[in-house]
Amino acid sequence: MTAANRTDMGPARLALGPILFHWEAAAKRDFYFRIADEAPIDIVYLGETACSKRAPFFEPHLPEIAERLARAGKEVVYSTLALVMSARETAALCTLAMEPGLVVELNDLAGADLVAGRRHVIGPFVNVYNEETLRYLARRGAERVVLPAELPKKALAALASDSSGAALEVQAFGRLPLALSSRCYHARAHGLHKDGCQYVCSLDADGLSVTTLDGDGFLAINGTMTMSFTVINLLAELAALRCLGVSVFRLWPQSADMVAISRLFRDTLDGHLDSATAEIHLAEKVRFAPLTRTFYQGPELG
Amino acid sequence: MKSSTLELVCPAGTPVALRAAIDAGADVAYAGFRDETNARNFPGLNFTRPELQEGINYAHARGAKVYVAINTFPAAGHLTPWHRAVDDATTMGADALILADIGLLDYAAQRYPAMRRHLSVQASASNAPAIRFFRDAFGVKRVVLPRVLTIAEIAAIREQIPIETEVFAFGGMCVMAEGRCALSSYATGRSPNIDGVCSPASHVRYEHRDDQLISRLGRFTINRFEEGERAGYPTLCKGRFSARDRASYLFEEPVSLNVMGMLPQLMAAGVRALKIEGRQRGRDYVARTVSAFRRAIDAAAQGRPIAETILDGLSEGGRNTTGAYDRSWR
Repeated sequence: MTAANRTDMGPARLALGPILFHWEAAAKRDFYFRIADEAPIDIVYLGETACSKRAPFFEPHLPEIAERLARAGKEVVYSTLALVMSARETAALCTLAMEPGLVVELNDLAGADLVAGRRHVIGPFVNVYNEETLRYLARRGAERVVLPAELPKKALAALASDSSGAALEVQAFGRLPLALSSRCYHARAHGLHKDGCQYVCSLDADGLSVTTLDGDGFLAINGTMTMSFTVINLLAELAALRCLGVSVFRLWPQSADMVAISRLFRDTLDGHLDSATAEIHLAEKVRFAPLTRTFYQGPELG
Repeated sequence: MKSSTLELVCPAGTPVALRAAIDAGADVAYAGFRDETNARNFPGLNFTRPELQEGINYAHARGAKVYVAINTFPAAGHLTPWHRAVDDATTMGADALILADIGLLDYAAQRYPAMRRHLSVQASASNAPAIRFFRDAFGVKRVVLPRVLTIAEIAAIREQIPIETEVFAFGGMCVMAEGRCALSSYATGRSPNIDGVCSPASHVRYEHRDDQLISRLGRFTINRFEEGERAGYPTLCKGRFSARDRASYLFEEPVSLNVMGMLPQLMAAGVRALKIEGRQRGRDYVARTVSAFRRAIDAAAQGRPIAETILDGLSEGGRNTTGAYDRSWR
């Protein structure tokens, strides 16, 4: 498949990444019901990627949510944990990866052998930086790869022009996950340890903002995950990325109105709304942090 | 080769450091080429082709080895420098390649099946099935474990998968899972994974303001020091930031990893090799850390007590931690 015929593959699809934050199970359930009923989203990723301690809270709701989303015509993908260390975490990932009939997004290569030859997605926490890695993973059955947010556009272009056959998904909206750790910074910010964390991460629906000592917004803490302070917004890039051959655009769930936000992205992709107007509407929806059009935050110094 | 159960793998940022490491008792020196193919791509560091060949010859003549780190992620559409690095290190007779990228591991395994391949810490393989994938797919003989695991987790992995493991013993400590951290890239536009630099000096500024010294990375303030307070280098994850209206070393204080006191436990966990961080450090650091660890490893191998104080002056911030090896760090 070449870049030229990629652009003939039909309309770009919108994906909703897994909820990265520790929202109450009931809030997540309501969120997904509304996505199922109202959002022009094609693909929904479900599951806990940041911290294995959170997973038990939402797991009982997953079958009901998945069924409701599938009935609404959404493709449902199960996202795995991103940093897998303990025997318990490893076993949980393997159980998910072996489940027949599920499409899994691998965020750790722990499941690489289990999904080989089956439909699966390589998530943004597995490093795919170049065409050789992309081709290798596509040969093993990856039908889609979510690319690192830091990839420069020329790297995106090189990947998109490759003949791997895997679809490319780009992170187009939300606070971006930047780093993973075994240490919980949410707990640390509250003077606690991970083992006795009291789930203080649930206090911050969009992450805990971190500023510099000068008061500039810098990062956001989400348990063991560190995220961008700013909210990426690729509305203005959608057309160009689509031309390159990117076929799926990921929106990361935030506490803002994701139904309205997904409509802005859908309308922009379909040419019903110009990106400048859409950006104005988006800025009205996102109040907790500023929007940014680029990954890199700041001027090139010397 | 010195006889001990733990192999001592030491940093060589320059030919001088390589010779210092070997002379001080390193079993292995690890080094990289002078470009973006390795994760310590700083000005004035690393090896030209002739320098690396000389270094390999120097080590081999003394019964030691050289591993070559080619452990960044090749840039899409621009793979040649990484392929050349694999080709040249192999031709020169390096004892192992330290690789992280799946595509590059595949390239090396296909082209040079007999060349020993180690999995870089940058690959972030932190569990048995992930390590098994790299072993089975690319014939990896050793994995350098991420600095996120406890000793108990290391032992559990070793029980599940028979492969050599190498762990970080001393020096700078990533608090994030290596190879999966874009913090410095976000702040500077230069990526550790692609460009091989974290918190690069080119983006560091110091400013004096109201009797305070401000250290900055890109446009962000990383720390602020009162007069008389010891000012450290603004490594992003060792900075002082504010959350919940409280300023603190939110991620980690400016400390160095030192596991010298844990050598018996690491040996019991089945660890094969100890790695000392610090290719950006000078000859004196290399000579002193390597000789201290040489003595400690030899003492541990003979069941003698380990004298630890020797390294006090060499740590970042002058302080040490055992990091994630101890569960309470989390």
